[in-house]
Amino acid sequence: METGIDTKAKEKKPTPKDKETVIEIRHLKKSFGSNEVLKDINLDLYKGENVVVLGKSGEGKSVTIKCIVRLLEKDGGEIKVFGEEVGTMTDAELKALRIRIGFLFQSAALYDSMTVRDNLEFPLRKVLKLTDEAEINKRVEDVLESVGLPDAADKLPSDLSGGMRKRIGLARTLIVNPEIMLYDEPTTGLDTITSEEISELIVKLQKKYQTSSIIITHDLSCAKITSDRIVIMNDGAYIAEGTFDELRESKDENVRGFFKQP
Amino acid sequence: MSESYTTSRNKFLEEVGNQTSFMLRFFKNIFRGGFDWGELVRQCYIIGYKSIGLVAITGVILGFVLTLQSLPTLKDFGAESYVPRMVAVSVVREIGPVIIALICAGKIASSIGAELGSMKVTEQIEAMEVSGANAIQYLVVTRIVACTVMIPLLTLMADALALVGGYVGNNIGGDVSAVLFYNKSFSAIDFVDLIPSFIKTIFFGFAIGFVGCYKGYNSDRGTESVGVAANSAVVSASLWIIVIDAIAVQLTSVLAYN
Repeated sequence: METGIDTKAKEKKPTPKDKETVIEIRHLKKSFGSNEVLKDINLDLYKGENVVVLGKSGEGKSVTIKCIVRLLEKDGGEIKVFGEEVGTMTDAELKALRIRIGFLFQSAALYDSMTVRDNLEFPLRKVLKLTDEAEINKRVEDVLESVGLPDAADKLPSDLSGGMRKRIGLARTLIVNPEIMLYDEPTTGLDTITSEEISELIVKLQKKYQTSSIIITHDLSCAKITSDRIVIMNDGAYIAEGTFDELRESKDENVRGFFKQP
Repeated sequence: MSESYTTSRNKFLEEVGNQTSFMLRFFKNIFRGGFDWGELVRQCYIIGYKSIGLVAITGVILGFVLTLQSLPTLKDFGAESYVPRMVAVSVVREIGPVIIALICAGKIASSIGAELGSMKVTEQIEAMEVSGANAIQYLVVTRIVACTVMIPLLTLMADALALVGGYVGNNIGGDVSAVLFYNKSFSAIDFVDLIPSFIKTIFFGFAIGFVGCYKGYNSDRGTESVGVAANSAVVSASLWIIVIDAIAVQLTSVLAYN
């Protein structure tokens, strides 16, 4: 389909050659039936940086990060995480990789039959197989403190507001100290103030836990606060890349369309 | 017409393939390390203990009604003394296991289907998988094993209570002592009645757990799919119970009563 975008002329920031690449995606393709969602995705995530993927709804932004952790199987291309091809990993290798990657779902995906404490303890007990109660308690208290909800441990997810659920979802992923964080629309459904709080929390926690992150969003405010680099997705491919300010000044109509204030 | 037939056949084959693959994942994970015994006990409590009331009432009424319905007819033939034996044999061999399994399909398979379906819709299952936890082992294996263990026990309890119901029913239309009623009942039951029907209930339990988990775990996105998962879990589990019962009766006839 003709998109009117000259991909050869797309804006690109020089890649930092000295930085370690933690995620490398090349020519990623993914279709659902006859609907080709991802046509040719290429992306590098460097250690310690926050990359924001901006795009319209239904463009396949979430599909990309779900392919990274193999919640969805790719149809073609390469995805290397820490230098290892994800598509050919065994179950054990995939499990080991998933422990190193945190994934915050759009809905936070808290286990609604468990209290906040049980939600946070779940990955410690079932994944890391920790049995030392003192260490488990310390980690739970630390992470709750980090997300600003020290008194929420005994609440059920149904007792939490949208913003609190996102914070607890974030705490649950961070409690195992992941090296990479994948955020799927972290501010969707939140009011402006809470949305900014969550965005600032993402940056604060990225610094504290030294994670590298891919943040999927269509929220400009979130993109501005959290991004070191932004890539823009259109029609199944990335059409532009740069900092927030660089892309805002872009001459490409398709890129500038994302930066128009409502 | 031909195209529609091909589509239906392909869908059927795909469903068979998916269910087989899901069953293989179950068996692969049941023997894998890290099994959560605490969660298994919790599921046994939910599936077994919380069904005791329903199963107990059903069992008592089953024996009571069966006695009341058969008493007048047998009286006409002067065979009312056969009522305890008839109730005992029919409840233990056939009616008890099947009715209790169908009741449990309605209560347990729908509950598992809805719970896992809801977890799927709200991305909780994906969150569990992506955290590195073994979601199949934690959610599916524990539920199927709990059903396989608890439904035979519930059926035994219902069988026993059906005899109590039968005794009460027998005393409404006549006068029979408890000792005589139970003596006659137990004199009619052999191990060859009890063992095959007990084995049958293990398969019923497995089918209820498996179908509930399969439908819930593989439900589509959207709120509607939770209802669909619960509903189709009940329908499929009930169908499986009838099919397993038909096979079990044939096998028992050939192996045990010949």
